[in-house]
Amino acid sequence: MTEKIGVYVCHCGTNIAGTVDVKGVAEWAAARLKHRGVIVGREYKFMCSSLGQELIEKDIKELGLTRVVVAACSPHLHEKTFRTACERAGLNPYLCELISIREQVSWVHTDKSAATEKSKAVVAGGVERVIYNEPLEPLMVPIHADTLVVGGGIAGIQAALEIADAGYHVCLVEREPSIGGHMAQFDKTFPTLDCSACILTPKMVQVGTHPNITLMTWSEVEKVDGYVGSFTATVRRKARHVNTDSCTGCGICWEKCPKKVVDTVFEVGLGNRKAIYTPFAQAVPRYPVIDVENCTYFKNGKCKACQLFCPTEPNSIDFDQTDELVEVKAGNIILATGYDLFDATRIAQYGYGRLSNVFTSLEIERMCNAAGPTEGRVVLRDMKTAPTSVVIVHCVGSRDENYNKYCSGICCMQSLKFAHLIMERTGAEVHNCYIDIRTPFKDYEEFYKRVLEEGGQFIRGKVAEITDVARSADEEGKLIVQVEDTLIGKQRRIPADMVILSAGLEPRHDAKEVGKMFGIACGASGWYTERHPKLDPVATMTEGIMIAGCVQGPKDIPASVAQGAAAAARVLGKIQQGEMALEPIKASINEDACSGCRICNGLCPFNAILFHEDKMVSEINAALCQGCGTCVAACPAGVISGTGFSDAQIMAQIEGLMLLNVGPEPVAA
Amino acid sequence: MRLYAYYPGCSLESLAQGYNLSTIEVAGALGLELNEIKDWNCCGATAYFPVDELLAHTLVARNLALAEKDGMSDFVAPCSACYKNAYFTNKYLRQDHDLAEHINYALEADHLHVDGSLQVRHLIEVFLQDVGLEAIRRQVSRPLKGLKVAPYYGCQLLRPRKDHEDTEDPRFFEDLLSAIGAEPVPYASKTRCCGGSLIVTNRKAALDMVRILLEDAAAHHADVIATVCPMCNVNLEVYQSQVNREFGTEFSVPVMYFTQLMGVAFGLRQDRLGIGKEMVSGTPLLAFAEASK
Amino acid sequence: MTEQFEPTIIGFTCNWCSYRAADLAGTARMKYPPNVRLIRLMCSGRLDPTFVIKALASGADGVMITGCHPGECHYLEQNYKALRRYHLLRRTLQGLGLEPERIRLVWASAAEGARFASEVSSFVEEIRALGPLHWGSSNGTGQPVSATQRGTPALQEVAA
Repeated sequence: MTEKIGVYVCHCGTNIAGTVDVKGVAEWAAARLKHRGVIVGREYKFMCSSLGQELIEKDIKELGLTRVVVAACSPHLHEKTFRTACERAGLNPYLCELISIREQVSWVHTDKSAATEKSKAVVAGGVERVIYNEPLEPLMVPIHADTLVVGGGIAGIQAALEIADAGYHVCLVEREPSIGGHMAQFDKTFPTLDCSACILTPKMVQVGTHPNITLMTWSEVEKVDGYVGSFTATVRRKARHVNTDSCTGCGICWEKCPKKVVDTVFEVGLGNRKAIYTPFAQAVPRYPVIDVENCTYFKNGKCKACQLFCPTEPNSIDFDQTDELVEVKAGNIILATGYDLFDATRIAQYGYGRLSNVFTSLEIERMCNAAGPTEGRVVLRDMKTAPTSVVIVHCVGSRDENYNKYCSGICCMQSLKFAHLIMERTGAEVHNCYIDIRTPFKDYEEFYKRVLEEGGQFIRGKVAEITDVARSADEEGKLIVQVEDTLIGKQRRIPADMVILSAGLEPRHDAKEVGKMFGIACGASGWYTERHPKLDPVATMTEGIMIAGCVQGPKDIPASVAQGAAAAARVLGKIQQGEMALEPIKASINEDACSGCRICNGLCPFNAILFHEDKMVSEINAALCQGCGTCVAACPAGVISGTGFSDAQIMAQIEGLMLLNVGPEPVAA
Repeated sequence: MRLYAYYPGCSLESLAQGYNLSTIEVAGALGLELNEIKDWNCCGATAYFPVDELLAHTLVARNLALAEKDGMSDFVAPCSACYKNAYFTNKYLRQDHDLAEHINYALEADHLHVDGSLQVRHLIEVFLQDVGLEAIRRQVSRPLKGLKVAPYYGCQLLRPRKDHEDTEDPRFFEDLLSAIGAEPVPYASKTRCCGGSLIVTNRKAALDMVRILLEDAAAHHADVIATVCPMCNVNLEVYQSQVNREFGTEFSVPVMYFTQLMGVAFGLRQDRLGIGKEMVSGTPLLAFAEASK
Repeated sequence: MTEQFEPTIIGFTCNWCSYRAADLAGTARMKYPPNVRLIRLMCSGRLDPTFVIKALASGADGVMITGCHPGECHYLEQNYKALRRYHLLRRTLQGLGLEPERIRLVWASAAEGARFASEVSSFVEEIRALGPLHWGSSNGTGQPVSATQRGTPALQEVAA
């Protein structure tokens, strides 16, 4: 039976029509592909408009079309639009194909006649292919109402709270002993100069006490199985060596612990903690953990002071505690694992790690923090002398061809904040060496002006070198910052007591591995790839996995909070609907023809192919199948078919593209 | 015995004779055979390239062609400027067919042809990569214990980037000095330019650059500055008195070639290493090193 | 004066990376020659070697296979399978008397629109230099190819 195919060629204003003779293509299709089933060929200014769609719907109803080919923009934009239009008119949406003659023809070719000829070939390809399209029904999968949020920083906290407040259960997994993320390390937040802990800790406490949130800290996700609506994550709850059922968080154990350890995580190496510790005073949960690599008991069997002094009944210290593997079921997952700071030692000429009074931004945050290692005093590495002259270096490791090309977005404001705080607390002279001052958001520019008015000095120039080699008496004992002051066109050597490197933000060092575990990809700079950079920043290509916060790219706290809330809203929408339609692009095995060679079994990374020993045939689990088609291509007997991208469809498309079945020129009347 | 095409360069025949002598001695001790290229010509140093690039490349290419003719695979230069010129001319010959054609057209007049098949190496690279620190250590009979040495890499050894990754804080020179028992001092200026031939065209500017290098070495109490390039050596040593006159400083830091230090550590005769002709006397210090074993 | 030979090339793209790279090239208005006609697959792993043979036997002068970079496949590792098939395919085609350079594998991420465009441009020139394949009776323009222009007898046997 010949199909009744309708071909629609879009002008897209002049986007396509400016280069391709759209009328000519439509007429050509109607005439030269008539014998293949094309009964109508139309062109219209904007096929995606309601009028354009109506053209298709009308033809389906009145002409009884059984297939539709639209030649317009990319299917990534409007495939759904046209398929829905067909559905409205009573045609199965999968019998409609959208092929691109815009992104892949009119926008990339200049030769109009060549572009028109190519468009004809593309249309012919679409027509030949669509003949073999089959009516498909989407697969409905149930959505488990629980959500897994990975990462307990501000973005993860916000997401968890939104979902939990809406009445649904959240499991929040955090790698460190407490939630809070980097925001817990900060002193004041720009531009309001709100105390970071003051605005964060209430949210942390809410998370810790919320009836709908199961908080798993000192835990990491090890494996993820399943698909949207029914994920199963295996979480390793690392042994705290503290029994959280009896522990009250009184703190006697870490007070009595004799072993001091340099805290390289929370205190960024500036301060100490004990071998049994909570990372900071307002930790949520309040239960400490034992650092087994530094604990005297674990190293040589002695001490046990914590156990000795623990007042609870039963004793909360449990040296024999082991890691626990827990299975978490969730319908959706939100990844909010944050960022790592650029390692400033990589820039040797800045002397971080070699020159003692060169600090990173995170170290200064800890220093400024009233609960930090210096109790809020801004001092040099000797922990007592206040600086009289400070230089803040912008763009360390960012906007740099040698390290990271991107702008880290928050460092200008952070540097301005430091300038303000340091001038306020020490009266020191502060120079900011910048390339550009980036203060785009609400009240940011006003903050910049404020710092200028307060006496901050600004030098437009990228710092070349920080050295301790003095060239004159004034420079003795100081750090010299060599920078070209581009606005006055002179080289300057600025003597400073303290230099602060505003280090950039980088993806977590294990972002790629973690991404793989969840089935999402990293972009060129290592940040996770969102579904659409402008219109869908919190979804990923993998249905059911969202991203929020700095995992998606450097951003400030308000943006992280917004993304956390956005991801939560998306999840709540899915949970509300209770089920979701999965694209029916799946593979299936013709059981009768399968010889049981099992070549396909090992090819599926989603473990969707099972082998039935009793029947000696393989079978594909349609829910697990992601539709990649690798098994379809691999089957030596050709018994695996892939809906939506079948062999027949593709072979036909090839023939169409090569213009093999084009009818002869109509004879002039 | 590993064979190398040896390109001493003009300076090693004149002001830097000590470098030439000590190179040959030390290479011999390490089992390397340096075959001086017959009839080599000047490489143009830093002066010729700004005059005429094509001619300058051709000048350099002739030396490469001579080495290729001898069937050599490695071209070794002890001078950083010669090294840099040879390295890049060799590289461009491989990449730019047009340039290669032009150059070979000129070289034909001398019945020569260049392919770009050589590996161009600096002397210090050859010692580190082909011989290795272990073998060097084994040759040391008089470790330079207590001798503080400022490792002056200079700029052309590292920049423009060739094969080395680290142009900011390389460590290989320090490692070599440690291997011969000396104590490399922290030398922040170690990759700064010495001014090169600027000493001829803009003396004042160059003297200031030299002053910075001397100051840094003196500040770290270096007994000697070790160099890998005759131009650097000359600027630091020969012009040291002029620096003092210009800036009222009182520097008196000996400047010697790293091969001379290696030779002393290997127990070779000092006169065979060209030691004793310095303008800023280094002999007493090396005697100190000898005595302290 | 003879007209310049315009090759016809079929390109297979994967839905997630390389097709989006092609889209990005379009959105950024990068220009490349019109000789490549693209087919969208969900994944480069879907590429059945018979598709390539079909394309060449249908008159294409070259085939470009594109997908996500290794390690970045949307389906985790299926592009490695495409890679394996590609190597075997090249050897097979060589055995049939075809220049293996007529098929090319390009990994392009969704952000690499410029790279996609430049790879297409360079591939078109390479195929142009190789000349028409003329396997089968078509050359992608809808005009039949004369018997004298057709490819080697070995290919005709296969195409029959």
